[in-house]
Amino acid sequence: MKRATRTRANGRPWQSRTPLLLAAPAAVALLFLVLPLVGLVIRAPWTDAAAVLSSAGALQALKLSMITATIAVIIVLLIGVPLAWVLARPGLRGASLLRALITIPLVLPPVVGGVALFTVLGRSGLLGRPLYQLTGFAFPFTPYAVVLAQVFVALPFLVLSVEGALRAADRRYEEAASTLGARPVTVFRRITLPLIGPGIAAGAVLAWARALGEFGATITFAGSFPGTTRTMPLEVYLALETDPGSALLLSVLLLGVSVAVLALLRERWVSRW
Amino acid sequence: MTELVADLGVARDDFTLDLGLQIGAGEVVALLGPNGAGKSTALRTLAGLLQLTSGQITIAGRIVADSVSGVHLAPHERPIGVVFQDYLLFPHLTILDNVAFGPLVRGLDRSEARRRAAAWLARVGIAELAGVKPRSVSGGQAQRVALARALAAEPRLLLLDEPLAALDAKTHLLVRTEVRRHLGDFPGATLLVTHDPIDAAVLADRLVVIEHGRVVQQGLPQEVARRPLTDYVARLVGLNLLAGRGQGHRVLLPSGGSVELAESAFGDVYIAFRPAAVSLFVHRPDGSPRNLWAGRIAALEPHGEGVRVEIAEAPDRSSSIFGRDHPVGRCGP
Repeated sequence: MKRATRTRANGRPWQSRTPLLLAAPAAVALLFLVLPLVGLVIRAPWTDAAAVLSSAGALQALKLSMITATIAVIIVLLIGVPLAWVLARPGLRGASLLRALITIPLVLPPVVGGVALFTVLGRSGLLGRPLYQLTGFAFPFTPYAVVLAQVFVALPFLVLSVEGALRAADRRYEEAASTLGARPVTVFRRITLPLIGPGIAAGAVLAWARALGEFGATITFAGSFPGTTRTMPLEVYLALETDPGSALLLSVLLLGVSVAVLALLRERWVSRW
Repeated sequence: MTELVADLGVARDDFTLDLGLQIGAGEVVALLGPNGAGKSTALRTLAGLLQLTSGQITIAGRIVADSVSGVHLAPHERPIGVVFQDYLLFPHLTILDNVAFGPLVRGLDRSEARRRAAAWLARVGIAELAGVKPRSVSGGQAQRVALARALAAEPRLLLLDEPLAALDAKTHLLVRTEVRRHLGDFPGATLLVTHDPIDAAVLADRLVVIEHGRVVQQGLPQEVARRPLTDYVARLVGLNLLAGRGQGHRVLLPSGGSVELAESAFGDVYIAFRPAAVSLFVHRPDGSPRNLWAGRIAALEPHGEGVRVEIAEAPDRSSSIFGRDHPVGRCGP
């Protein structure tokens, strides 16, 4: 019997029992996060599922959400990774101020973000007015506005995640690459990017999820026009006022899509080497 | 032909490096010194990873850094290769692509770069590892990869930063022999940074010893070992070293003691003697040894087959010497 005990414990680090003082609030926190999701699934009128989920409005909104969120993440990657790189450069002056500025969209109420976008890119905004006068094009109430709103709220997630990865990465690999004759751009492309790949992936997933769920800035800056700017979160909100049952079903659909994408990307990107 | 001519002046907050170096084609120079002496600073400055405060660096006839004109070529513009202490093999690339990296970024096409890398892997005896990732190779193998990677870029100046320090004792000897062979084949200049005098003596044609950022001694390994000029060098090569003023057969030490010599010496002199030449007695011995000092045992440390005994307050109050005791027929806890 003694041997059996020893075999079972073999190689595992010793851990104290979890104190009740920590276990109880931890359980509360877990329930608080999970219960609403369970409620959503339980209370959804599954008998109507086929009709609601295949309705033109729902499919249109889902398609728009997926397309705009994906485009937003591509833009976020193209401009966010370089920003993170600059931010993580050792000895950058004013780095903490820059970091604070980047964090603002995280703490700003999204509706305020939408209003702020208006002041710059609205038809009479700082940049929007000359753009409208020159081309006759204005961002508000177009799918482009949806993407812009999503980029605004999602960008900080990626920048902070990638900057963290850059700080945690061993920069001496970059030095080694440069002594082998690689120019800075080559070092970034062939060494830095692959090394922080998992950090970029994690940041992109967070940004995508944030973009997919974006509501406040979207409804302010892009409005809610079926087919062009009414994304899933907007569709859910509108449905709640007329048909709570279908709002529940749409919510479950959005939840399912998010979880599926997260699970899929996790499989692919965890432990690359 | 002299491949490297360097006059390195680097001023940092609490430290100044002032070092002149010249290394010929095919020559291997070891830069030896205690921790914090400035060895790594010198290496990083030569590589272009640190900027010169004053001085000039010329590699293969080309000025790569000059404090007066403000020239500072980036590392990738210098004809160098570096083997880092912990190798820094790129974890996301295979062994083959690690070695092919230099040729590839220096303009060869991928297949040509890989062909050259494969040839180098064969040369260092690890051709079979081409397809694996660095995390699954041993320390000795990683060392070979790092050397092959640096050499595959065909540098004119090869910089080795404590290349053997991360290896266990058995691998150390084996890899040292191999490194010696590859350095022998390398046509450019080699600078080896190390704190291990034996590695330095085995691998290098010439030693440059620095302390506190300055050269304290340089020469052939055997010269340095025979005539150490500072306490550090003496300890490093295992000799006792005393400085004093010669007055014929007697040398007066600064704080009052003296040493009797068989031959005569005048003026400022160094006295070096091997720890094995020192005999230790618990009681005052009979007979008449030439030099007899009373001291206190300050430390014991195993050294090879015997024990190195540090004796404080001998020959005078302010100095200490090493003796060596062979514990023959004696053992105990």
